[in-house]
Amino acid sequence: MVLNSVLILGGIGLFFGLGLAFIGKKLAVKIDPLEENILQVLPGSNCGACGFAGCAGYAVECLKENADIGKCALGGEKVVRQISDILGKEAKIKEDSVAVVFCQGKDGISKDRFVYEGIADCSAANLIAEGNKECIWACLGFGTCMEVCPFGAIRMDEGIPVIDEEKCKGCGICIPACPRELITLIPKRHRVYVLCRSKEKGKKVREMCEKGCIGCGLCVKVCPTGAIQLKDNLAVIEYDKCNNCGKCVEKCPTKSIVLNNSSSSMQFLS
Amino acid sequence: MEEINLIGIFVSALLINNILLIRFLGLCPFFGVSGRVKSSLGMSMAVFFVMTTASIVSWMLYHWVLLPLQLEFLRTATFILVIASLVQLEEIFMKKFFPNLYKALGVYLPLVTTNCAILAVAFFNIDYNHSLIQTIIYAWGVATGYTIAIVLFASIRERVALAPVPEALKGYPIAFFIASLMSLSFLGFKGLFGL
Repeated sequence: MVLNSVLILGGIGLFFGLGLAFIGKKLAVKIDPLEENILQVLPGSNCGACGFAGCAGYAVECLKENADIGKCALGGEKVVRQISDILGKEAKIKEDSVAVVFCQGKDGISKDRFVYEGIADCSAANLIAEGNKECIWACLGFGTCMEVCPFGAIRMDEGIPVIDEEKCKGCGICIPACPRELITLIPKRHRVYVLCRSKEKGKKVREMCEKGCIGCGLCVKVCPTGAIQLKDNLAVIEYDKCNNCGKCVEKCPTKSIVLNNSSSSMQFLS
Repeated sequence: MEEINLIGIFVSALLINNILLIRFLGLCPFFGVSGRVKSSLGMSMAVFFVMTTASIVSWMLYHWVLLPLQLEFLRTATFILVIASLVQLEEIFMKKFFPNLYKALGVYLPLVTTNCAILAVAFFNIDYNHSLIQTIIYAWGVATGYTIAIVLFASIRERVALAPVPEALKGYPIAFFIASLMSLSFLGFKGLFGL
């Protein structure tokens, strides 16, 4: 009995062990060594900003013919260089960008239309009577962007998101999270932003928000390079022409144009 | 008669003796991967797959090897051994021949290996004296019941994640409340078809 049980259990174990070893060898899936090399170079945080299923998915993609190897926003220039070294391919280097929230409507600055007591989520709040803010372009302030950010670069401060430029990798995952499309990626060398998206007339904007763009056009006149234009009552900066001089910032009567000098955008917002 | 018996076995495994909500087996993944409906679906697919194959193989082993040799007491050790190796085997096969399926099941497959629900189903098949056909039907029933329970649970948890839950109950405590309420409602299936 004892012998039998030892034999049977040992036999089954041996059979399966050997079987596994044999089949594992026989059916081993060959992995391209280049793929592993690329995977090691990639940051490994699986943020998905490249549009593929994690870093492993992108490593496979890189090996394909005509693949765009410059898609890793998180790794930036360094990683793209390393990948192009591994593959012997040239790549277009992507410029470092940072997410910018185009609204300054803190609690009290942008007026509420009603008190929202539903699910604390921007998309949900946006569905109810076009949101709880007077301005339909205003940040709703429930922090949906903060929750999706894989790097913890967004924090909520008095009802608007503040982006930490040190932590922001420019992946753009927060962009679709905002139901009002207030977040845009802007190259880091551009420092002047018109932080408003309102297309209402100036009088209406003043009623709704203290820091909205009223479309007065003073910035258009003062800009030495002609980089600012008015479109639908809203000042829009053409970034190719802007030289970050900051003259428009001084002129703007509602302080809706902002010059971000610091490396971290926290300072100018506080 | 045989068919009615099979339907009875299926419904009993599916609702009346639901593996998660009535038997309270396999609770670790029930709480672990039920944060999102998508991951709970992935888990249930893996359970379905592993449960079917594991019960078939363990049934064969018990009836064709252990019973003739009068070594029934070895079943716990053998079943654990067999199920673990079987999942490994399936993983290798899938990686080679169905890479897409392998990617979809991904991490859930090795997770299922050590799940008590799988082992329990193998034992129930022996305890209830199921034939091979009944074993397969029973495994499908349990796996489908598992899917129903975990997907319902994940859907509720997705909703609750957005609700204003009292501070002390956030996260797992409220999940246990939900699970017990669901279990109570599944008790309502007791006596269905006189089973």
